[in-house]
Amino acid sequence: MIGVLLPHPVLASVEGAIEFIFTPQSSNVTGGKTVGGLDQVIELTLTQLELTVLALALSLIVALPIGLYLGHRGTGELLAISIGNLGRAIPELALIAFMAALIGVGILNLTIALAVLGVPPILANAFVGIHQVDRATVDAARGIGMTELEILRKVEIPLAIPTLFAGIRGATIAIVATATIAPLAGVLTLGDFIINGNVYGDDGVLAGAIVVALLALVLEFSLAGLQRLLTARGLKVSSA
Amino acid sequence: MTSPALLAAVGEVGKGFIQERSSETLPCQATDKLFCFDWAKENIGRYETPSVQHVELVLISVLLGFAIAFALALLAHRHRWLQPPLLAGTGVLYTIPSLAFFFLLLPITGRGRDTAIIALSAYTLQIIYRNTIVGLANVPSSVKDAARGMGLTERQILWKVELPLAAPEIFAGLQIATVSTVAIATLAVFAGGGGLGTPIKAGIDFKTNIIIAGGIAILLAAALGMLLFGIQRLLTPWRRAAAA
Repeated sequence: MIGVLLPHPVLASVEGAIEFIFTPQSSNVTGGKTVGGLDQVIELTLTQLELTVLALALSLIVALPIGLYLGHRGTGELLAISIGNLGRAIPELALIAFMAALIGVGILNLTIALAVLGVPPILANAFVGIHQVDRATVDAARGIGMTELEILRKVEIPLAIPTLFAGIRGATIAIVATATIAPLAGVLTLGDFIINGNVYGDDGVLAGAIVVALLALVLEFSLAGLQRLLTARGLKVSSA
Repeated sequence: MTSPALLAAVGEVGKGFIQERSSETLPCQATDKLFCFDWAKENIGRYETPSVQHVELVLISVLLGFAIAFALALLAHRHRWLQPPLLAGTGVLYTIPSLAFFFLLLPITGRGRDTAIIALSAYTLQIIYRNTIVGLANVPSSVKDAARGMGLTERQILWKVELPLAAPEIFAGLQIATVSTVAIATLAVFAGGGGLGTPIKAGIDFKTNIIIAGGIAILLAAALGMLLFGIQRLLTPWRRAAAA
């Protein structure tokens, strides 16, 4: 069926890539050592996932409190928005290369480098999400005797969930995408299949691209699911 | 057949080299300095071709992305049922990491600039599409009713009322897409697409090189972002009047 739709060489490449994912292949560069196969694919996937989760966690720890605080206070708009805009302009390849040269290679250094990409969207969206909550609603919450922390936790954050999550999802996409070039900074992620194509061959390169794309989509769908879980039931009806 | 004179000369050169290394007059690029101004001054010309390639990559990708996303948004504005599938479809394209996208295209389009442009423009679709849809949806229905009352056709309402009022949002999307594409286009080098990623990848351990190439990319993003902001202000003079 697919064979009818796709030109034959493309189909052959995809078949080769799928075979590379499941069975180790001999490589002419590694001197008899086999490459690919499910074990290596799983190992590299887990490293990429670990790196992504660590960097995302660090970004959240740094950006979320600042964004929520500034949003609640309604100050620092220029700062939050500027950081958000600046973040988009950071060239990924230069960032990884520069951080590797400046603070060194390895998973912890790379976590810091990737968090640089995660902080701006989370901070800016946390600010905007909290700041745009209707002030009358916040005043009402204050009127029934809520403390500032309760207002943030029970009123502002639930109402800001869509915007907050847009930031977290944007950060995740940027981090997982850039974690693909981590082999340049000494951490072997799925990008190794792609960047070191001379070792893994064309099948390995395509296999790497397929698994990276799937990993990013799985993360995105998981976060979309989490967002749905965290959205208050009353808000789901109005957004539908 | 080597003459003693030549041997002596080679010895001299060797001696000079060793002396130079030991007396801490190493060329800056062999040291661990953060930035070598002299090297930068002499070699800035190397970055001209990659910069021009980079601008071309970005402009072609964003224009292509804009043409497709804008057309899809107009279509979905008229046929509402298209909106959820188009949002999901462009969302998937946005989620796939560019590096993976380049190599997913490889069996179909091969290595080179075209592959990079397809992947980069696919990345811009979601942002431009969503902002156009939101911009059009935010036009107050009373304004459209007034236009209808004045006898404008649906097509006239779209081009003369809805799109001008949605222009700020559309331009905001275009701006975000352009700035992001400038940054991501540094990865085009892996697809054989050239750009500022070429010098970065070639001298990945040399800080001065990374700072120059990365700095040019950031300045380029800022310049294109401001240019689009300027164009938006020129195209929406009534907003300036309202703000004043």
